[in-house]
Amino acid sequence: MTLSADSRFQRKLIFFNGLLPALLILSDALRGKLGANPVEFVTRATGVLCLIFLLLTLMVTPLRKLAGWNWLLKHRRLIGLYAFFYGLAHFLTYLAFDRNWQLLTVPGDVTQRPFIALGMFAFLLMVPLAITSTNAMIKRLGAPRWNQLHRATYYITIAGVLHYYLIVKSDATWPLLLGLVTAVLLGWRMVAYFRRP
Amino acid sequence: MADFVGISLSQRVPNPESIILMSGSSPIPSSEITPEATFLNRRFFMKASLWAGTSLATAGLYRTFRPRPALANSGSPIATVSEPALTTALGPDEPLNSFSEIAGYNNYYEFSTDKNAVAEKAQHFVTNPWSVQVGGLVTKPRTFDLSELLKLGQVERVYRFRCVEGWSMVIPWIGFPLSKLLALVEPSSKATHVAFETYYDLRQMPDADSAGIDLPYIEGLRLDEAMHPLTLIATGLYGKTLPNQNGAPLRLVVPWKYGFKSIKSIVKITLTDKEPPTTWSLANPREYGFYSNVNPQVDHPRWSQASERRIGQGGSRKTLMFNGYADQVAHLYAGMDLKKYF
Repeated sequence: MTLSADSRFQRKLIFFNGLLPALLILSDALRGKLGANPVEFVTRATGVLCLIFLLLTLMVTPLRKLAGWNWLLKHRRLIGLYAFFYGLAHFLTYLAFDRNWQLLTVPGDVTQRPFIALGMFAFLLMVPLAITSTNAMIKRLGAPRWNQLHRATYYITIAGVLHYYLIVKSDATWPLLLGLVTAVLLGWRMVAYFRRP
Repeated sequence: MADFVGISLSQRVPNPESIILMSGSSPIPSSEITPEATFLNRRFFMKASLWAGTSLATAGLYRTFRPRPALANSGSPIATVSEPALTTALGPDEPLNSFSEIAGYNNYYEFSTDKNAVAEKAQHFVTNPWSVQVGGLVTKPRTFDLSELLKLGQVERVYRFRCVEGWSMVIPWIGFPLSKLLALVEPSSKATHVAFETYYDLRQMPDADSAGIDLPYIEGLRLDEAMHPLTLIATGLYGKTLPNQNGAPLRLVVPWKYGFKSIKSIVKITLTDKEPPTTWSLANPREYGFYSNVNPQVDHPRWSQASERRIGQGGSRKTLMFNGYADQVAHLYAGMDLKKYF
């Protein structure tokens, strides 16, 4: 069995690498090594990690088609769940440190700050995708409906990248880079869609 | 069949005869078959490399984003003279921020837009020799050498510092009132405003190209704001000369305004008769005004200014009008609509 067929090994590798940033953030936090503004760092890091995992899930299909890496498909769900995991961590950081757990101030914040609204939209849209990630749910929904629902990943990613772009003061390198990757992946799908026989 | 890292693991190119003989009982000569022990060894090696390689890459990527540890206060000591207190003392819940916090978290876009990276990127910035050109609508325009300015009696001022981004610190600055410097050049009766300019040199600030704002950085004050006793030219903090990342060798500190008004590494001061352009209001006039007074009632278009996070403390605290210096400065803006003049 070659490594490309060893899905248990791949799974372990992806599981560990997905968890590693969270472990490193935790260990740096416990040792007080998150810099002068730990809250800002954790917020930024979990948000960027969520976007990175979202983009990785969107890369699965192109990589299968272009590079023949069909083995990736088996791991898309795990990668997607990591996107949700970091999105949830990002959301909880916001509730705890930006809102001080004053949940009643959240609706006002959503209407006042467009970037918060976008982030909230993206996060809430990720919840049904995470809930429907079990085998039982795929069966219950049926593959076509499930696929249709999970296409929401595109809206989530676009909202997430815009959300990031809107909080940057002037140097938009990172949100633009993530936006470019999103655009390329979306463009590839559109071309593939219109070229289909 | 190629493996997913692009390295063939067990594949051996069979000779043509063995392909033809594939349907036979033993198509590949036994000498061509990789011994099982070697095969398992290779697999073990491949797996171990993948574990190590991916983990190191993931951790390395994380490390590049992680804040760097701050440097020690390596400045030279500055002698200060005492002066009567100008402001009420800070509350017991407002301790000084540590040197690491003050020197490890900086907005200095000429060096980096990552606040945690400025200290390292600015460490080789040359601040000696340094001179400041003071001119415009003055009777005695002059270029001052840094050493002359250090002879103007230095005092310690502990001020709150509120960034427009919503965080704040308490900083023990060393410096002298700007009014002392302006008195030396004698502003003419026509002068109404003061314009400031930061040093700018792409050779020393190679990342300035990606700052996203027009440089050199420029700022300005109304003349009465500039002459106010709280307005300081800082030359140090925590008893020693300023770290490069904090605006060495001298910077403005206007404690009742958002931090970006307190322009760093000043090389030019010009008295003018009209409101000078300022970097952030040029970059985004809707979001950053000329005054930029700390005001919890006037929100930034993209976030609230009603509260702030004090660096080093959890939770958030209410932002004070004029950053807590209303008693000293509110009269400067009597009758002005602060929503309009934000």
